[in-house]
Amino acid sequence: MRAKVFVTPRRGILDPQGRAVEGALKSLGFGTIGNVRVGRFITLDIDAPSRAEAESAVRQICERLLANPNIEDFSFEVEVE
Amino acid sequence: MKWGVVSFPGSLDDRDALWALRDVLGQDAALLWHKDESLGGAECVVLPGGFSYGDYLRCGAIARFSPIMKSVARFAADGGLVLGICNGFQILCEAHLLPGALTRNRSLAFVCDFVNLRVENAATPFTRAAHQGETLRLPIKHGEGCYVAPEDELRQLEERGQILLRYVDARGEATDAANPNGSMRSIAGVANDRFNVFGLMPHPEHAVEAMLGGVAGRKIFESIAGAAR
Repeated sequence: MRAKVFVTPRRGILDPQGRAVEGALKSLGFGTIGNVRVGRFITLDIDAPSRAEAESAVRQICERLLANPNIEDFSFEVEVE
Repeated sequence: MKWGVVSFPGSLDDRDALWALRDVLGQDAALLWHKDESLGGAECVVLPGGFSYGDYLRCGAIARFSPIMKSVARFAADGGLVLGICNGFQILCEAHLLPGALTRNRSLAFVCDFVNLRVENAATPFTRAAHQGETLRLPIKHGEGCYVAPEDELRQLEERGQILLRYVDARGEATDAANPNGSMRSIAGVANDRFNVFGLMPHPEHAVEAMLGGVAGRKIFESIAGAAR
């Protein structure tokens, strides 16, 4: 199975990268955009007997290492290949 | 006093810390290897500055799982003194030995400068050689030094006196202009609630010899050496 993990700066946490990108997009004329956040996208393969077990493992992986709950939120998708 | 300075892959101030402690301050200091579990009988463990594991994922996120960090956590739980400088501070936050987290500087720029720091609590093992409210001038050099914590945590840190150092201007005021990285409440260094673990972004080990720009860093090491004596 393959997991896609998305890690983004937690709401309320200053994201200077997102702000810089937002400023650049606006200066390019994309005036309708807002709330740009720059995060991280991680993919990984995982062996598990079921999707539920894969999801539970990925959740642990996110909580222990991939995201820092103090400053980041995460979400993920598990795809059965 | 016996000190252990941990070398992680990517540490770069481990030898400077060793130099400051052993050659300048005459302490009994040795390097510790991140893959070892022994702390070599150290009475104070120093996690040095640098870019452990290339700062991959998040600063300190991977170093915190090094074998030696298990021993450091146990040592801290037993009341042992732990000092984290810059990347060491980031590692201590990632390891949950200190509250909060360090994120990208507000400016997005790497800052390399001297800053003024006000000693907010001089009644700790890390600051007792300084006076309450004294200003220390120390160098900083980091890209991810913006201290962040939830509001209720910040309030507790404040109430318990865990904020040991704040960025201030030349007059000793914690203004926004004097805040080099956007840290909440201008926090430059915090201790845990038992005051045996301390992390700071500035580099005391780079400020122990007058010819290199100042000796204010000595106060931190002398505080610790005095505390353990």
